[in-house]
Amino acid sequence: MDAVKRYFRSPAAVLGLVLLLIVVGMAISAGYFYPRDPLALAGRPLIWPFANPRFLLGTDNSGRDIAAQVFYGARISLLIGGVATLIAVTIGILVGALAGYYGGWIDNILMRITEAFQTLPNFVLLLVLVAVFGSTLATVTIAVGIVSWPAPARLTRAEFLSLRSREFVQAGRTLGMRDTQLILREILPNALPPVIVYAGVVMAVAILLESALAFLRLSDANVASWGNLIGLGRDVLRVQWYVSAIPGVAILITVLAVSLVGQGLNDALNPRLKQR
Amino acid sequence: MRILSLAGRRLAASIPTLLLILIGVFLLLQLAPGDTVDAMMAQMGGGDAATARELRRFYGLDLSVPMQLTNYLWRLVRLDLGFSAIYGKPVATVILERLPPTLLLMTSALSFAFFFGLVFGVIAARGVNRWPDTLISTVGLIFYATPSFWFGLMAIVVFSIYLQWLPAGGFEDIGAVSTGLWRVLDVASHLVLPSLTLGLIFLAIYLRIMRASMLEVLNLDFVRTARAKGLDETRIITRHVLRNALLPMVTLIGLQAGTMLGGSVVVETVFSLPGLGRLAYESVVQRDLNTLLGIVFVSALLVILVNFITDLLYARLDPRISAES
Repeated sequence: MDAVKRYFRSPAAVLGLVLLLIVVGMAISAGYFYPRDPLALAGRPLIWPFANPRFLLGTDNSGRDIAAQVFYGARISLLIGGVATLIAVTIGILVGALAGYYGGWIDNILMRITEAFQTLPNFVLLLVLVAVFGSTLATVTIAVGIVSWPAPARLTRAEFLSLRSREFVQAGRTLGMRDTQLILREILPNALPPVIVYAGVVMAVAILLESALAFLRLSDANVASWGNLIGLGRDVLRVQWYVSAIPGVAILITVLAVSLVGQGLNDALNPRLKQR
Repeated sequence: MRILSLAGRRLAASIPTLLLILIGVFLLLQLAPGDTVDAMMAQMGGGDAATARELRRFYGLDLSVPMQLTNYLWRLVRLDLGFSAIYGKPVATVILERLPPTLLLMTSALSFAFFFGLVFGVIAARGVNRWPDTLISTVGLIFYATPSFWFGLMAIVVFSIYLQWLPAGGFEDIGAVSTGLWRVLDVASHLVLPSLTLGLIFLAIYLRIMRASMLEVLNLDFVRTARAKGLDETRIITRHVLRNALLPMVTLIGLQAGTMLGGSVVVETVFSLPGLGRLAYESVVQRDLNTLLGIVFVSALLVILVNFITDLLYARLDPRISAES
């Protein structure tokens, strides 16, 4: 309860939560406000925002409603960001837990692999994965998850290293608990909070990675995503710059919201760090 | 000397990592639909199966995967990255041609981010929890959340289209054949916007780290001693605090080298710079897998190299590190 109170005492964290709720609200209500396919032809191409009350944010190069695409884009960004983060954190916890708990050669091998993933620029690896497996919504999400796991893995490993020789773990071991029990029931619950908090950073980066991929037209072109729209708008940047500008603001707000909430959670859960 | 051997040992330790990356990506690319010969046939406008078979044998693509991998690694030892069917040149040549713009871009973006991150971090830490700090931290957060490609596009709209101060893309003016200083200025003007775009997110990260690290060092005993000696605040900051607070910043350069290289893919595409990042993008679109693998190798090598330099810098800033080995 204290943590909740501390969270709401920080204006930045509250702002982040409000922004995040707005984006989530957009994602949920997209079908209600815009029941038609957001990628269907809606009107004349390149209508400026506020020029026509039917298209509040104007239309893009091929006459599709920008506002509808922004609403549906919230779904895609949150979906890809969320699922990719889930994948990254799951792999990260698995690798980090095994490496930190067992140490020795298992740690050695797993950390070498982690290092390899960190040495290769993650966007380059993302390009390789997309080149190999194609760019549907599912493959892009999994690919973003795959390139994002090393940081959570390192974090989990560090937590496990410091926790595995604590007294309560040794007590469990003397009681004859098996390794899986010790890892899952004793250590993991204690190691989890910082990793969960870090998931905010992972999600922010995941959303940015996907939008960059979509901007390069290497993501799924058959869904309304913010990155796709920015990429399309690039062709008419000279005059109708708003086609690119509007979805970019949406990405900025979403990533800002996710980072602020993550930061707020961090400060609320680790109050001592905040006072520094 | 000691530090050189220490950094050298870390360099040697990264060889297995490099090998792991190469083998992993090589095997991954085997799963890709179509191979170099398919790309070549498409380039030639089609051909019969016999020609394809002939070409596959010529490039050693008819061998088993482990044999191909061994061949590839063996050729790599002799710095032969294979042949790019799309560009009609050895991959090594293609990459070398594209390397200078990327290196220039990364260096200038890094310098920009490092310098301003340092300055603003110090200013924020000096006025902690007062308005300069709040302002700088807020702007930093917004920079962190800004997608670089979008910032690049908006910068083009403002500075190239409306104000017409800076060129919208390219590495140099093709029309004007300039030499010497004019050419340098020309290239520099082309690099301003890309460097700002690429450096923005790193500026945000550096300033946040610099602020935190300054705050930490400012509380240490030796700073109190320096104050007690009667040193003025500027001297304390520049001579005592800064050098110690810089350590995490230097670590960050090594950690972020890969991210920066990845970011240059997007930035070079936005500003149509003929660099390594754009080459990576083109080779994905054109399915030039040989070149893609070469880029993977070179970018991993670059990251390792940056980390090597960071190790050396680190020891220069903090003599204790080399003594402890």
